[in-house]
Order: sequence, then structure tokens, then C-alpha cells
Amino acid sequence: MRGWFLPMAVALGFIFLYAPIVSLVVFSFNESRLVTVWGGFSTKWYGELLRDRQILGSAWISLQVAFWSANLAVIVGTLGAFVLTRFGSFAGRLLLTGMITAPLVMPEVITGLSLLLLFVSMELTLGWPAGRGLTTIIIAHTTFCAAFVAVIAQSRLRQMDESLEEAARDLGAGPVRVFFDITLPVIASALVAGWLLAFTLSLDDLVIASFVSGPGASTLPMVIFSKVRLGVSPDVNALATIIIGFVLIAVLIAGWLMRRAARKPL
Amino acid sequence: MSWRRTLVIAIPMLWLGIFFLAPFFVLGRISLAEAIIARPPFTPLFDRAPDGTLEIIASLENYRFLFQDALYRNAYLSSIRIALVSTIFALLIGYPIAYYIARAPEPKRSILLLMVILPFWTSFLLRVYAWMGFLRTNGVINNTLMSLGVIDAPLRMMHTDLAVYIGIVYTYLPFMILPLYANLTKLDGALLEAASDLGASPVVTFFTVTLPLSLPGIVAGSMLVFIPAIGEYVIPALLGGPDTLMIGRVLWDEFFSSRDWPVASAVAIVMLFLVVAPIMWLQSVQNRREMD
Repeated sequence: MRGWFLPMAVALGFIFLYAPIVSLVVFSFNESRLVTVWGGFSTKWYGELLRDRQILGSAWISLQVAFWSANLAVIVGTLGAFVLTRFGSFAGRLLLTGMITAPLVMPEVITGLSLLLLFVSMELTLGWPAGRGLTTIIIAHTTFCAAFVAVIAQSRLRQMDESLEEAARDLGAGPVRVFFDITLPVIASALVAGWLLAFTLSLDDLVIASFVSGPGASTLPMVIFSKVRLGVSPDVNALATIIIGFVLIAVLIAGWLMRRAARKPL
Repeated sequence: MSWRRTLVIAIPMLWLGIFFLAPFFVLGRISLAEAIIARPPFTPLFDRAPDGTLEIIASLENYRFLFQDALYRNAYLSSIRIALVSTIFALLIGYPIAYYIARAPEPKRSILLLMVILPFWTSFLLRVYAWMGFLRTNGVINNTLMSLGVIDAPLRMMHTDLAVYIGIVYTYLPFMILPLYANLTKLDGALLEAASDLGASPVVTFFTVTLPLSLPGIVAGSMLVFIPAIGEYVIPALLGGPDTLMIGRVLWDEFFSSRDWPVASAVAIVMLFLVVAPIMWLQSVQNRREMD
């Protein structure tokens, strides 16, 4: 793999990755309704988007879901990662390892359907959750996002110098104090990165949300999907451009945090 | 064991036990029920018989139905085929990129790596949507080729299996590149030097040293593409044609259109058996990596 072959394969690979995104952004500023024929520069689709109550309403639902799912996922995922990296062996260790990795690859239709059936059965026997909506989507998203947070937290906890925690314990700090005063500050930037990842994953999910949501709780991807199914439309391009812009900013912040964390390895 | 330790273990254990593991048992139990027009639309597991005794209603009827109906059999087989072909293409495209990044000097390496991850962070649905604009009859590719005079009539690319392959490879490419990259950065450069000192050409070195040593990365990356691709719904629904059979799509229609929850559950259980083996393989590769 030397000479011209490798750089060319890499260049083509990156063109493959970025060309569709670039064209999506370019055509969001298209005057014409025909998404792929250039008809002059215009920002009218952005204006149209801001007047679309259905999109704005579902975006608000999605943001709420993503916020709470990310918070809960960071708690569940971090505790899971902490238990697996610091607690040595305990009963059910293998089970927890499996339950924390499997959601990463589990086909979404299976996760979505099985969770819906759980919610329906729980409602029948326990009376909770009554109906489906925000709560059930948040629970579902927390579960699969926790797995992603756990992966990030685990790798940070492994890198971390455990003698810091030992030193604190030797100086008389209890395990709770050691966790909050030493471990948590050291892994904080990884947790912020995990939170951002969980937030974007939740914001992005269509399949699981479609299964576990109820009437009146349509998330943004659900609304986009029903629009896109009928064909391409320029206001979706405008929406995509806004989302890509936000993601770019979020990734730059996350990348900066991770770099800063990597530069002072504790 | 102190109560605090137990509590810390209990929180993730209970959450995942209730909301990840338990649902599979519910899924299994409803796959044995029968669809009825009621709320919920399936028969209960226990029922009072007319004489007052408790009856257990469970049957393998749904599974018999799945194995007898050619639609489901073909859907499983074609899902495996589509996932397999897409995985191979993702490997062929992803390997050179991972190799190049692993050999690149810093800061170029970090920038290229970020460029691989970046699309993964943007909306999956919108990335599939972007391909709709690309592959359409009057889409970007056809318009470009026609204005260049390469083709006279637009190519039919949307609503074909090809579009589904492109969609899957495109969406899951970062999942292939990252484990390969992680593996290739650990490759000992001295081994490559030794091979070339002993007279091996770069091509021979690649096939006898680099490729075998990167096998764990290949397995991990391939499983991360193959497993989710098997159950993919959005990509075949948006890019595929009406004859693109995939099991995720069949399950979706069974649930949302036919409203047959028990059959949908049985479809999911059979799909689960399809992905369990690759998941175990992936986990054993990852466990071995942690041991190193």
C-alpha cells in the first residue's frame, strides 16, 4: 500500500463521506422548490421552517427528551462503568458487562418493540407508566445512551492513575468522598463528552421513539421521517443545515474538552 | 459487602435489568400469544377456564407461521445478504482509510480521525435523506453525469438494492474505521521493517504481516456494521424499493400496519437469535483486547 493507491482511496473515501452533506447544505439555500436544480440563492426555506408549528413543537419535545435522557444516561452509565472498573469481582459482573455492551449493537427495532411491550405489560399489572409519551421515550433513550456513556467513562477510568484514589483513602477519606472529590473531577471532561454524545443520539433516534411514544408526543425525527417519506423537500434541507451547524459547534467543544483532558493525564 | 457498595452496583444493574433485559422476556412471552382485537391486542398468558381452573395460553403457532411463510424466510435471508455485502464494502472502503490514518503523523492524524467521526454525530436520518437527493432520477449524480455527457438518460438508482447498500455503508462506515484504526495504531513498525529487510515487497508484507495482525480489528468493525444492518429499518424504507425485503421492515409493518403484536414479537425473537452469535463473537474479541 504505497504510492498513489492509498492517498487516492482515502481521498475518495472522504468524498464519499462528505459530498452528500455538502450538497444538502448547498441546496438548502436554493430558491427553487426542486431540491437538486439550482435556481439562485435564497434563505426563504429557513423562514418557512420558522413558521412551521409542527416542526417547532416536535423540536421542543425532542430537546426535552434529549436533555433528560442525557442526564439520566450519564448517571446510569458512569455508575456502571465505575462498578466494572473499580469493584473487582462481584456476583452479576458478567451480566452487567453484557447488559452494558449489548445495547450498543442491538437492532433498534428489537429494542423499540420489546420496550413498548414492557411498558404495556407494566401498565396492565402495575398501572405505571399510564399511557405513553415523554416519560417512556426518556426511559428508552436513557437505556441505550447509558451504554455509550459507559464506554467513554470506562476508557477514561482505566487511563486514570488509581494511586490518586488510594492516596485519598490513605489520608482517611471515605469512598463517597473519594468518588466526589477525586474520581469525578478527573473524569469530568469524559462525562461531558458522554453527555453530548447521549444528547445527540437521543435527538437523532427515530425507530425506538416511534415504538414507545404515544399520541401527541411526536419527536423531531418522527415528523421529519413522515415528511421525507413523501420525497425530498427544501425545508428539510434547511433544518438539516441548522442541525449540522449545531453538531459542528458541539463536536468542537467536546473535542476541545477531550484534548484538554488528554493533555493533563492524571 | 457494605450497603453503599451494594447500592452503587444496584442502580445500573436494576435500570438495565428492568429496561434492557426484562423486555426480552416480555417479548418472548407475547410471541407465544395470539392476536386479538382488544386492548392490549394479544391474549393473556393466564386465563380462567369455564370450570374456574387457571389455564396457561401459549402456543408456537406464530413461529410455525414464520417458518412456513416464504415472505419471512426470504426476508431473513435477504437481510443477511444485504448486511453481509454492505459489511464487505464497508471493510474495503474503511480499511485503506484506517490504515492511512494510523500511519499519519500528528496533528494530521487527529484531524483525519475527527473528520471520520464528524458525520456520525450529525443526524442519521438526515444523512440518509441526503442520499435521496443524490440518487434520485433528477438528483445530483444523474444531473452531473448528464451535463458531462457521460449518460443520455438518467440511471435508476433510487429504490434499488444498490441504494440500500450505499446507505448502509455510508451510515456505518465510522463504526468500521474506528476499531480498525485502534488496532492498526498498535501495530509494531519493527515487524514491517523486519519483513522488508528480509526481502518482502510492500504488498507481500501487507498480506502476510499487517492483515493477519489486524484481524481482531476487522472482526470488531465488521460486527459493528453487520449486527445493526441486519435489523435496519430506515434505510430500506427510504432508499430501497418495494421489493427490498429486510426483516426490520417486515417487523415494522407487522407492528404498525397489520397491528399483529404477537407475530411482530416472534419476528423479533428469531432476529435476536440471528444477532446473538455475532454479538458474542464481538464481546469475546473485546474481552481479549482488554486482557492485553
